[in-house]
Amino acid sequence: MTALATITPTAWLRIFFVGGLTSYRALFNWIRPAILIPTFVVLPVFQILLFVYIGRSARIESDEFFVIGNALQFAATPCLFAMADTISGERQQHTLSLILVSPAPRIPLFLGRSLPVIANGFLASAFALAAAGLLLGIRMPLAAVLPLVLAIAVTSLSCTGLGLVNAALGLRVRETAVLSNVIFGILLVFCGVNVPLARLPHWMAVASGYLPLTHGIAAARRMADGAPLNAVAGLIGLELLVGMVYVVLGFALLQVFERESRRTASLDRF
Amino acid sequence: MNVLRLIARGWLLQVKMMSRSAFNGVLQIVWPLFFATITFLMYGSTNQRALVSAAVGASVLGIWSSTSTSGAAVIQRERRQGTLELLVAAPAPFAATILPVTLAMSTIGAYSMVATFVWGRLLFGISVPLAHPLLLPFAVVVTIVSVGMLGFLLSVAVVRFRSAWALGNMFEFPIWLVCGFLVPLSLLPGWVRPISWLLAPTWGVQAIRAAMLGGSPLPAIGLAALCGAAYAGIAIGLSERLVRAARRDATLALS
Repeated sequence: MTALATITPTAWLRIFFVGGLTSYRALFNWIRPAILIPTFVVLPVFQILLFVYIGRSARIESDEFFVIGNALQFAATPCLFAMADTISGERQQHTLSLILVSPAPRIPLFLGRSLPVIANGFLASAFALAAAGLLLGIRMPLAAVLPLVLAIAVTSLSCTGLGLVNAALGLRVRETAVLSNVIFGILLVFCGVNVPLARLPHWMAVASGYLPLTHGIAAARRMADGAPLNAVAGLIGLELLVGMVYVVLGFALLQVFERESRRTASLDRF
Repeated sequence: MNVLRLIARGWLLQVKMMSRSAFNGVLQIVWPLFFATITFLMYGSTNQRALVSAAVGASVLGIWSSTSTSGAAVIQRERRQGTLELLVAAPAPFAATILPVTLAMSTIGAYSMVATFVWGRLLFGISVPLAHPLLLPFAVVVTIVSVGMLGFLLSVAVVRFRSAWALGNMFEFPIWLVCGFLVPLSLLPGWVRPISWLLAPTWGVQAIRAAMLGGSPLPAIGLAALCGAAYAGIAIGLSERLVRAARRDATLALS
């Protein structure tokens, strides 16, 4: 406890930035070209094309609707999988107990890992939006570019918050890949990515308000249609709020699971 | 006969193992349901014929979904588990030890097919007709086998990639799109059509659609079987070359 109390601001920042980046690079093995290109370059474009064509076949919404929805939703891929890998991956590498007995404060230790994940989510989403937009000839006002960048950044942050919850659950669930895929699927169905919220059953539309992505996607769509940033500031703010709630929840769950695993000596049991 | 028995036994063993796996069993049933749900909600009730056609396609996409990612990684998985040398050293043909694995993966997709129909019926009230009840099981089996063969070809074709699973994962959506699972092929650009014709899932989903919605499923069943046989022939040849090269260069255990 003494070490926790006496940590210097420099050490805190070093754990947050250097430790976070090191953990991300060490534990998230998708950032090699052999995985990165198929997963973050090819896959999102085909996900967008798939839904654009279903939309054309079902005669609902424009191509732009599906391009924006799926591009922003694709931020969930790194935010869920990378976050789970960079925290619960410690258990698979048998380094979790070493991390947890270290005197490092938990906030920079765990939250520092989320910063590279947010950047990854942002880049994956921005690339998907640009590539699919060019491919399908989507035109947006030039003035919408910077606000869209903001919307993507905030959405990546809020998705990473959910990723932190996912990572915490990964300390209890053995199959983190299954869990991440299921959460990805839930976001795809609930958040108005491909189905307008008005077409969802009422309870699903209500639930979508409490999930990341929903408000960010709505804001991005309105900005792409020419709405100024101040007209969608409320939606961006809601997206940020939802993200922060998940960050706090994820961090709290990590604390609870750490305490429980110490109490019951069950750190490596799951 | 011994080879056939080996394939049958291997298939049964792998199906049992995968049925108990969270990734290959549970997720492969749940994952296609997300896409089926979105498709049902997108088509809504305004275009009943398109909705029913999409429901049939959505039920079949799980067969490819359960084969693509896992199928591509089959040989890497054996290598990682340290069992690849044992399979190569076994007196049985190498292909006969790998084929049951990908066949089992596509078989698991049949669970998701049933689950999607139940899901569509209970939650969305989608009632799918059964035009040729006797030919439907035949169409489903041929589709499962031909997709399993495609998975076998994929597993051998990407063996030199250390992260083969990512390549398999990459092919999931393109095959759904190009083979007309959820979208009529007529909507896609004309140059896509010849690619679709070379892919067994295109004929598989057409056969199942014809068996359920009406039309003649037999030509599509025949073409799916033909594609499957061609994939098997190419994959067997490739796997023999692969094993010979790995033995010669002593690279079997290297990834």
